[in-house]
Amino acid sequence: MINIVLLAFLAIISLAIVRIRNLFAVVMLGGIYSLLMASIFVILDAVDVAFTEVAVGAGISTILMLGTLALTTSREKIPMHTPLLPLIVTFITGAMLVYGTWDIPAFGDASAPANLHVAPYYLERSMVETGVPNVVTAVLASYRGYDTLGELTVIFTAGIGVLLLLGRRRETPASASEQKVAASGGTGRSDPGKETASDDGGSASKGSAT
Amino acid sequence: MRHHIILRVVAKLSIPFIMLYALYVQFHGDFGPGGGFQAGVIFGAAFILYALIFGLDNALKVAPMNVVTFFISIGLLLYAGVGVAALFYGGQFLDYGVLASDSVSGQHLGILLVELGVGITVAAVMIAIFFTFADRGR
Repeated sequence: MINIVLLAFLAIISLAIVRIRNLFAVVMLGGIYSLLMASIFVILDAVDVAFTEVAVGAGISTILMLGTLALTTSREKIPMHTPLLPLIVTFITGAMLVYGTWDIPAFGDASAPANLHVAPYYLERSMVETGVPNVVTAVLASYRGYDTLGELTVIFTAGIGVLLLLGRRRETPASASEQKVAASGGTGRSDPGKETASDDGGSASKGSAT
Repeated sequence: MRHHIILRVVAKLSIPFIMLYALYVQFHGDFGPGGGFQAGVIFGAAFILYALIFGLDNALKVAPMNVVTFFISIGLLLYAGVGVAALFYGGQFLDYGVLASDSVSGQHLGILLVELGVGITVAAVMIAIFFTFADRGR
């Protein structure tokens, strides 16, 4: 029963996100969507995933989206093309996904492949081998340590990428010399001696800035 | 937001508890739900809340950008360093069993350190991304 209510809410919110043009409301609805999704994860007994979904989906990404909206506008543009092609693509993808669910074993089926492969080993041995009662932590940090290292590298790379793309621009010698030429009303055809001089000035100002 | 006295007081009261909760999630992740990733996000949220209420300039005084970027790499280095340390103790990369006298406590130590590395990097990345966005908006 509660599953049906939550899924109905999810469907309503997705439709609202598609319909609403005010991006501020869309971001807020996205946060609510994450919160409902986390409730579903709790019902499925996946508390760690629910925790991550609440912290990242409903918390941080909402804040980051609001920060993005502060940089851009909060109204979505009216699309120029007809929605026919995206609609067809969505319908075909959705139909294929629904078709795919027909072969999925029933929820909690003990003979499902996912429950027969390495899961019994982790459930039986993780406490003995690692001494960590939370199996999820044991799997993430120890048995699948390589994967988590890779995930952390992805986050690291994302952070570095944002810093490189959006971080405050340092004055490079080239742009400094361009500004200098523009400021002095130069014709844009500077002789080499002038260029090296302005280059020196650029690096000096960079040194003082840092 | 500097003139909203209710927001300021409530934020000032709740930020220490948010940080304490992040540490709880971090170090209790072995026993209950949670772990480095969630703890890092919550810890970063405390700084983000501070920046939202008291302004970016004050937040940058608490966590200067070069310190934050420093911690981004420290977390990842800690994670990879635990793996390399396992190599030096005669095990395989990220095989924590050799880190202590017996295998189980070695595993426990390795998991604790690795989760700490995850938490540090995630918190620093979240803070850095938000500060960068907020800095762009000025």
